[in-house]
Amino acid sequence: MNGTTVLGVLLPVVPLVAGLLGLLLPPSPRGLTAHGRDAAAGETWARRVAIALGVTGAAGALALAVALLATSDSPTEASTTWVRLGGLDVSLGVRLDGAAALVAVAVGAVALAVQVYSIGYLKRGPHDDVDVDHRYPPYAAQISLFTAAMLLVVVSGDLLLLLVGWEVMGICSYLLIAHDRRLPEAPAAAVKAFLVTRVGDVGFLLGIALLGVSAGSFRIADVLAADHSAGTLTAACLLLLAGVAGKSAQFPLHTWLPDAMAGPTPISALIHAATMVAAGVYAVTRLYPLFVAAPVALTVLGVLASVTLLLGALAATAQDDIKRVLAWSTVSQIGYMTGALAVGSPGAALFHLLTHAAFKALLFLAAGAVIHAVGTTLMSKMGGLRRAMPVTFWCTVIGLGALAGLPPLAGFWSKDGVLAAAQEAALDGAGPTPSWVGWLVWLSGLAGVAITAWYATRLLLRAFLGETRAPLAHPHDPPGTLRWPVLLLAVPAALLGFAGFAGPFADRLQPSAPATAERPSDLLPPEPLVHLAPSVLLPLALLLLGAGLAWARWRRDPAADPAAALGPLRPVFAAAFRLDDVQHALVVRPYRALARMVRAGDERVVDGAVEGSGRAASSLGAGLAALHRAALPRAAAGVLAGALLIGLAAALIGANA
Amino acid sequence: MTFGQFLLVAVLAVPALGAVAVAATPADRAARLVGTVAAGLTLLAALPLAAGDRGWFAWSATAPAVRPWHQLDLPWVPGLELRFHLGVDGISYPLVVLTALLTLLCCLYSLHQVPAGGSGRTLVALLLVIEVGILGTFLALDLVLFFLFFEVVLLPMYAVIAGWGGDDRRRAARKFVLYTLFGSVLLLVGVYVVVSAAGTADIVALTGGGGLSRGTQLFAFTLLALAFAVKSPLWPLHSWLPDAHTQAPTVGSVVLAGVLLKMGTYGLIRVAVGVAPEGARWAAPVLGVLAVAAILVGALVCLAQTELKRLIAYSSVGHMGFVLLGVATLTSTGIQAALIGNVAHGVITGLLFFLAGAVKDRTHTGALAELSGLRETAPRLAGLLGFAAIASLGLPGLAGFWGEAFAVIAAIEVGGPLWTTVGVLAAVGGALTAAYFLRLLRQVTHGRPSPAVGRLAPTLAGGELTAWAPLVLLALAIGLAPALVLGIAEAPVNALVEVLP
Repeated sequence: MNGTTVLGVLLPVVPLVAGLLGLLLPPSPRGLTAHGRDAAAGETWARRVAIALGVTGAAGALALAVALLATSDSPTEASTTWVRLGGLDVSLGVRLDGAAALVAVAVGAVALAVQVYSIGYLKRGPHDDVDVDHRYPPYAAQISLFTAAMLLVVVSGDLLLLLVGWEVMGICSYLLIAHDRRLPEAPAAAVKAFLVTRVGDVGFLLGIALLGVSAGSFRIADVLAADHSAGTLTAACLLLLAGVAGKSAQFPLHTWLPDAMAGPTPISALIHAATMVAAGVYAVTRLYPLFVAAPVALTVLGVLASVTLLLGALAATAQDDIKRVLAWSTVSQIGYMTGALAVGSPGAALFHLLTHAAFKALLFLAAGAVIHAVGTTLMSKMGGLRRAMPVTFWCTVIGLGALAGLPPLAGFWSKDGVLAAAQEAALDGAGPTPSWVGWLVWLSGLAGVAITAWYATRLLLRAFLGETRAPLAHPHDPPGTLRWPVLLLAVPAALLGFAGFAGPFADRLQPSAPATAERPSDLLPPEPLVHLAPSVLLPLALLLLGAGLAWARWRRDPAADPAAALGPLRPVFAAAFRLDDVQHALVVRPYRALARMVRAGDERVVDGAVEGSGRAASSLGAGLAALHRAALPRAAAGVLAGALLIGLAAALIGANA
Repeated sequence: MTFGQFLLVAVLAVPALGAVAVAATPADRAARLVGTVAAGLTLLAALPLAAGDRGWFAWSATAPAVRPWHQLDLPWVPGLELRFHLGVDGISYPLVVLTALLTLLCCLYSLHQVPAGGSGRTLVALLLVIEVGILGTFLALDLVLFFLFFEVVLLPMYAVIAGWGGDDRRRAARKFVLYTLFGSVLLLVGVYVVVSAAGTADIVALTGGGGLSRGTQLFAFTLLALAFAVKSPLWPLHSWLPDAHTQAPTVGSVVLAGVLLKMGTYGLIRVAVGVAPEGARWAAPVLGVLAVAAILVGALVCLAQTELKRLIAYSSVGHMGFVLLGVATLTSTGIQAALIGNVAHGVITGLLFFLAGAVKDRTHTGALAELSGLRETAPRLAGLLGFAAIASLGLPGLAGFWGEAFAVIAAIEVGGPLWTTVGVLAAVGGALTAAYFLRLLRQVTHGRPSPAVGRLAPTLAGGELTAWAPLVLLALAIGLAPALVLGIAEAPVNALVEVLP
C-alpha cells in the first residue's frame, strides 16, 4: 500500500469518522429546556462541537483530495478481500485515477462550503421566532456521512463497495431533506427522494449482480477485464442505467429532485452540485468500457438524456420558486452530461460535471442568501434586490452566466465541449452510438442553450432587478459565514473553464492509455476538452436569442413575469408536464390499493383458513360433547346398542376366522 | 473430556441450573439478578467455542459433510439407541452466540423493567428455559435430541405470551402454541420416517442423504420443510406470528423474532436440506417461488399495516422470505446469504422490537395513527428507531444488506428463466421494504408530536441503553465486516453444498 492508496482510503474514512462521532452528540437542545440556563449552555456546547467536527471532516477530505490530485500521476489500484460468498469475491479496495481525484476535490470543496455556510444559515437570529437551528448536531453529522458516502463512490474499486456509498448517500439525502420541521411537505419529499432512487437501485443491484456473477468477482478491474457475453453486457448496462437515472434524476425517475427542494438550501447545494446527482454520471464513466461495448444501452441513455435535457429546461421556465428553477436547471444540465456519455465523450461529461458542481453550488448558496434575507423562496415576492445585496447579485450573475454558457465563464467551455462531441457524433458518426443519437443530443442540446439562457435571464430579472415586490423586507448581504463560501465558489464558477486548456487537467479527465486490467484507465484516448471552432458561434447566437427574448419581454413590463409569454403552456411547464400525477396514478395508487388488498387477503383468506379450522375443530368438539350429554334412557340405549354392535362384530369376525 | 466438550455441556447446563436458581431465589430483584448472571455466564461459555482445532476432521473424500469443531457423543437411552450428541460448527456457532447474547440482553432489560402480568422472577426463569431449548436445538447432532430441544421451547414461550402479554394475550398464545404444535407433529413424523428408514438418528452420518431412497427423501423433506416453515414462519404458514408478536411482552417479542424463528431456518438448512438433499433439490423451485411470495406479500401487508409491532412482525415474514430464497438456491452463495441474513435479522429485529416496546410502554399505544413527531420529544429514541429501520430495510453497509443482496445475487447466479424472475421479484421486494419502513418513520418520527408523544421525556434509561447498545454495534459491525459470520460459515457450507445432488 503506497502513499497514494493511503490517501484514497482515508478520503472517505475521515468524514465518516467525523459523521459517526457527530451522531453521538446530544441531538436536540429542546429536550433539555427543562433545565433552563444549563440547556442553553449545553446547546451551544453541542453545536460548537458539531460545527468543529463537520468542518474538520470536510476540510480534511478536501485536503486529502488535493494531496491525492497533486501526488497521483498514474492510475493506481489496491484491494483486499472483504468477504467471499460462494465463488464470488467481494473486495475492499480503492481505484484511483485523475478523474477520481478531480471529482473528489469538487466533493470536498462543496462539502466544506456547505458545512461553513450551514453555520450561519441554520442559526437562530435575535428576531427569529422559530428555532431554525434545532437538531444541528445530527444535521452536521449527516452532511459528513453524505460526504463520506460520495467519496466512497468516487474512490471505490469494487462494485458492491460502490453500492454501499451509493445507498448510504440516498439515506443521508432522505434524512437531510426531512430536516426542516417547519415544512409539512418535507417528510413526504424525503420519502419520495429515497423511494424513487431506490426503485432505480433495484436495477442497479441487478446489474451489479449480472456483472459480478459473469466475472466471478465484483472488483471493477475484474469486471472490466472479464469476457462478458453480449446479452449479459447489454442487460447489465441497461439495468445499471436504471440506477443512474434514479440517482442522477434522469427521465423518468427525475421526479424526486424538484420536491427535494424542501430540504434546507445548503443541502440542495450539496445534493445538486457535487454529490448524489453527480454520482450517476460518475458511475457510468467508471464503467465506460462496458457501455461502449453495449451501444444499445448508450442509445437508450442518449434518448433519455435528450428528453431530460429539454424537459428540465422547459419546466424551469415557468417556476416561481427560485429553488425550483435551479432544481429543474440541474435536471437539464445533468441531461447534458448523460448526453455527452451517450455520444462517446466521458471526458466532456466529467468536465461539465466539475464546472456544474462549481456554478450550481454557487447558485444555490447565493439563492440561500436571498431566501435568508427576504424570508421567501417565491420570485414573485422578490425584485430589486440588486442594490441591497450587491455581493449576492454579482455572484448570482456569475453563476447564471456560467449556467447559460456565457463566455468566458466555466459553463461555456464545458457545455461547448459536450455540444462539439455531439456534433461530431452527428455529422461524422464518431460516437459509439448510431449517428441519429448524436443528432438528437446535439439538437436538443442546442435548443437547451436558448431555453437555459431564457430562464436564467428571467431569474436574474425577477429576483434582482426592477422594483421590489416585498416592501416590508429589509434585505442585506449575508454575514461572513454565508458570504465567504459564495465568494470563493464564484472563482471556479468563473475560471474553471480555462483549466480545460491546461494539459494536466485535461489529461486527468482523459488518461491516454486504453483500459487494461493492470492499468485502470476508464476513459477514452485524449481529445481536446476545449473546442474553438467556428461552430461555437451557433450556441452563442442561440444564447443571445434566449436571453434577448426574456429581456425584451421584461423591458416591456418590468413588473410582469416573462413567463407570461408562455401562454397556455405555462401551467403545463410549471407542473413539469404533470409527470408527477402520472407517476401517482400509475404507480403509487395501484400499489397502495394492492397493499390493502393483499393485507385483507392475508387476514381473511390465509389467516381465515387457520382460524376457520380452529373454529371448525372447536364446534366439532362441542357437537360431539353435546352428543355425550344425554339423559339416562338414551344413554342406556346407547350403551346397549354399542354392546350389541361389538358382540355382532366379534361374532362375525369369529365366524370368519 | 476436552475443554470444548466441557463448554458444550456448560452452554446448556448453566442456563438450566440458572433457571432453577432463579426459581429458588425468593426475592424478586435478586432472582432477576441471578438470572442475568446465569445468562452472562452462558454467553461467556458460548464465546470460546470458536477456539480450538477446526481441522477436527482432516479433509478427505470420505469425511462427513458435517465437521463439528467440538462434539460430545454419549449413549443416552441405549435401549432405544438414543444418543446425547452435541456439536458446534460454523453454521450453528453464530446462532448460538446470538441466542446467548439476546437472552442476556433480555435479562438485563428485565432488571430495568418487568412487564405487567406476573413476577419478574418467573419471567426470567422462563427466558432461561427457552434459552436452553434454543441452544440445544442449535447444538444437537442427533435428530431425536434435536426434536426434544425443539419442543422444550414451546410451553415456556406460551407462558411468556399468556402471562405477560397485552390485552388479547390468551387468544394469541393459544394460537401460537396450537399452530406450532401442528408443525411439531409434522417434525416428529419426519424424524420418525428418517430414523426408521436410515436406522440411525446421527445427523453427521445422515447428512448427504445417508443412503435414503429418493422416495423417502422426498417424503421426509416435505414433512420437515413444512414443520420448519411453520416455525420460521414462511408464507403462507405465518399467521400465528403477527398475533403472537403484537401481544407478547417486549422481551418475548425479542426472543421470538431474534432467535426462536431461527430454529426453523436453521433446521431447514441443517436437517431438511442436509438429511434429504434430493428432496431439497426436487422442492427447490417451489421453495423459491414461495420465498418470493413471502417477500412480496410481507412487504405489501406492511405497507397497509396500522400497528407498530404488527408491522415489524410482518416485516419478519419478508425477511425470512429472503433467507428461504437463499436456502432454496442450494448454492454456496445462497446458503451463506441465508446464514448471515438469519443472524442479521436476529440482531436488527431484536433491536426493532426493543424500540417498539419502548415506544409502546411510553405512549401506551401502538397505533401508527396516534404516533407522530417522536424526534421532537424523544430525539434519541427516534434516532435509534431510525437506525434500526434503516438497517432492517437492507441499507448497504449495515447487517441486513448482505443477506438480502446475496439472496438476489445467488438467484441470478443459478440463472434460467425461473430463478432470474425470482431474483428480480425479490429485488423489487427489497424496494418495497424500503417503502414501508420509510412510511413507518415518516409516521412515527416526523411531523408534529401527537398528544400521546407530546408528553414523553427525552431521556433513555441506563438499562435500556445497556440492552440496546450491543445490538446497534453488532448491526454496524456485521455490516462492515460480514466475515465475522461468513468467515466461519464458508467451510461448512461448502461441505454441505458438495454433498447435494
